[in-house]
Order: sequence, then structure tokens, then C-alpha cells
Amino acid sequence: MLYDAIGPRTRRRIRIGTGLATVAVLGLVAFALARLGSHGQLEGERWRKLADPDLRSLLGTALGNTLKAAALAMLLSTAVGALLAVGRLSLHTWIRVPVGIFVEFFRGLPLLLLILFAALGLPQLGLSFSVLWYLVIGLTAYNGAVLAEIFRAGILSIDRGQREAGLAIGLRPTQVLWIILVPQAVRRMLPALISQLVTLLKDTSLGFVIAYPELLRTGQGAVEFLGSRYALQIYLAVAAIYIVVNYALSSLARWLDRRQQRRYGSGTASAVAIDPEDVLSNPDPAAASR
Amino acid sequence: MDAIFGNLDLYLRGFLETLRLSVLAAAGSLLLGTLLAAFRVSPIPPLRALGATYVEIVRNTPLTVVFFLLAFGLPQVGLTLGFYAAAVAALTLYTAAFVCEVVRSGINSVSTGQAEAARAIGFTFPQTLRHVVLPQAFRTVVPPLGNIYIAMVKNSAIAGAFGVSELLGVGKRLTVTNPDAVIEVLLGVGVAYLVLTLSLGLFFGVLERRVAIAH
Repeated sequence: MLYDAIGPRTRRRIRIGTGLATVAVLGLVAFALARLGSHGQLEGERWRKLADPDLRSLLGTALGNTLKAAALAMLLSTAVGALLAVGRLSLHTWIRVPVGIFVEFFRGLPLLLLILFAALGLPQLGLSFSVLWYLVIGLTAYNGAVLAEIFRAGILSIDRGQREAGLAIGLRPTQVLWIILVPQAVRRMLPALISQLVTLLKDTSLGFVIAYPELLRTGQGAVEFLGSRYALQIYLAVAAIYIVVNYALSSLARWLDRRQQRRYGSGTASAVAIDPEDVLSNPDPAAASR
Repeated sequence: MDAIFGNLDLYLRGFLETLRLSVLAAAGSLLLGTLLAAFRVSPIPPLRALGATYVEIVRNTPLTVVFFLLAFGLPQVGLTLGFYAAAVAALTLYTAAFVCEVVRSGINSVSTGQAEAARAIGFTFPQTLRHVVLPQAFRTVVPPLGNIYIAMVKNSAIAGAFGVSELLGVGKRLTVTNPDAVIEVLLGVGVAYLVLTLSLGLFFGVLERRVAIAH
């Protein structure tokens, strides 16, 4: 808190500020509405189009396609990410180094490029799939690498004593990893994992580039079919669907984070940021304990 | 390989265009994001609500949808931006939400004693934020900011799908003219992006060490 224990003068200043800010925000809203109204965007007819049963079932199918691509990519990239994380933590240099290069390579490329590569490059190598799979392959290549780093950060964030204790009682390094480190790490990185899955869900909208019939592409098709006079309404509806789905997922992440803090004390949770970017910025345990 | 080395000038132009797009959007989103963060920690409820609503909506909307709304929705209310301006605006608006959250976490990490001391010597809230809290907050958020900007450079590729001739746009065009060298062309684009993202990573690493607060 930057402003606790306020006195009467500050209180008055805040009241004035609140008044001014309210007027400013309302003014902004009024301006936007006036702008929309003067171009006929508020006409009931344009908005009633969204209730059109054909358009609804179209967008419903499209949401299904979006969720299907997202679910497949989530499952595959979690599996790929776990394998890569284990590979990067391997004690053998000949596994660790190539996996590290692989991860850094895919993490550093734009996702859109990977999707294009899957759709245009793979057929040249004699590997042809449906559009859905091109999208899923692109998403998996990128998110697998990103999740690998989240998993690795999670495993490295476990206190060193845990690993040492495991080795001391005679477990093999692989056993230590799966029996002792992974169960603790999973709890810690769950919020970061879900947050990355929200990003993945948003990224399925890149499927429009390769004509996968997901939400955005379908919205675009509907606008082309019905005429651009419905562009604003349809794209806003598409945005609203994404926001609702993602908000539900983010709320789940927040709830898990809170539950974890209640259960294991804030000590465990503070080492884990809900944002995967925060976790990635602190990949080595020495930095985390600083 | 001819597809790459025969078109080096096109690649270079695309590279510079990506750079320009990224610099513009980075500057814009840093300003807007910091402003939103200031809103979110301010004592004025409507501003806090505005900042929170903005972040919640924008973070849950795909960048491509933001792009579509600006490029195809705004012309419906008489505001035609053109694809390049729409790309800069979409990247700025989208990235600002993430910058806001990072800066806010930086502000929260500055010890409360700092703000109390500033108040004790008579600073107002904006003065406290500007002269005392934000300069310290920025130092602590260099690594996450770096990650956001690396992600933003990669996100700028979406503009290529709308006919802006930055790196990916150039690559897409070259795959049409060199249909039998698709893999080489896209690998060339990938290498150019890796040059950008890896050097940005190095830059932020150096910056982090330079501004780190010694304990």
C-alpha cells in the first residue's frame, strides 16, 4: 500500500480525484457510444444478427474446433515438455546439451512461423496431415519448449536437501526425480502451467493463417458472407467468447494458487509466480533464493 | 540456398521492418503499461477499476483478435488505420496489459518504508510514485520485462499475415515465389528471428546486472 493512514486533506484530494476520474471515464464511454451511434453501430438489427441461429451454430462449431485443437496441443505439449525438461536435467552431457539447444531454438521462434513451417514445410518432406494437425504440431513444438522450461524451473526450485536426502537413502537419480522431486514440483508449477495453457488457447487463433476453421477464421468467414457492416459485432462476439473461456481458466489458476498458499503456507507459494514469465526469469535456484 | 542468398536484400528489409515495428510498440507499451500500473496502485477507485478492467480484458483476448478489431472493426466507425498502424496499435495495446502487471508487481516489491518516507517529507502520491517508487520498481522488473519484449518481437510476426512486409511477411511472399524451397526460406526467417530474440536476451541479461540493486 502506498497510501495507508490518510489524513483529512488527502481524503479530500482523493474525493476530488474520484470525481474527476469518474467524469473522465464516463466521458470516454459517452464519446465511444456517440461514435458508434453516429455510424449506426448501435442499431438493434446489427446486434440481433448475433442471435441468428445459423450464425450461432456456426460459432458454436468453431468454438468446438478451437477447443479441440487447444486440448490436443495441451496434452501433447505437456508430454513433450515433461520429456524435454527431464532431458535437460539429465546427468549425461550428450542428452542435456542437444535437448537444451532444441528447447532454446523453438522457444526463440515466433509461433506463427512454426505453424507455417508445419503447414508448408512438412508436406515437402513427404509428411501430409490435416489442417488441424498442422496447427497442433506448430503449437506443440513451441509450447513443448516453453513448458519444458517451466517444468525445469519447478524442479530446480525444490530445496537441494530433498535431492540429497533421496540420494543419501540410496535412491537412483531417476528415482529421486520421479518419487521425490516431481510430486513437489507439480504442485508448485501448477499456476504457471495453467497460465501458459491460457496462452496456448489464445494462440489457437493463429490457425486462421492456415485456414483451420477455428473461432476467428469462422468469424472472418461470417463477416465476408454477411457483409462488413457486421464486422464490429461479430469480432466483438468472437473476442467475448475468448475472454469468457480464458477468464474461466485463469480463475482456476488463481483458485489453485490461493488453495496452495492456504495449504502449504505462503513460503511455498512465494517461490512460484502465477506468471510463467516470472518463473522463467528465475530458472536457477541460486537466483530464486537471493 | 539460392532462395535465401538471392533475396538477402528482401530479408534485410524485413528484418529492419520487424525492428521498427518492435521499437515503436515497445516504446508505446512501456508508456501505456506504466500509466496503467500507476492507475492500478492509485488511491482513486475509478482509475483502479479502469486499469484492472483493461488488463483483465486484454490479457484474455488473443492478439490476433485485437488485430482484427483494429484493422476491420474500427473502419466501421470511420477510423481506418491501415495495416501497419493497426499492427503497431494492436501490439502496443496488447503488450501494455502485460507490462502493467509486471510493473505493478515491481511497485509492490519496493519496501513500504520508501513510500512512507516519501510521504513523511510531504510528497504527494504522483510524486512518490515518480521520484521514489517507480525508479526502484523498474530495476527489479528488468528480467520479466525482457521476457515480455522478447515475446512481443515474436508476436510482431502476426503483422506479416496481414501483408505488412516484416520478416514473416517477406518469408510468406518468398514461399510463393520459391515453392520448391519452402523449408530453406522459412529456416532463413527463423534464423533472423533467433538473431533478434537471442540478442535481446543477452541485452536484458547485461541490463539486469547493470541496474541490479547491490545488497
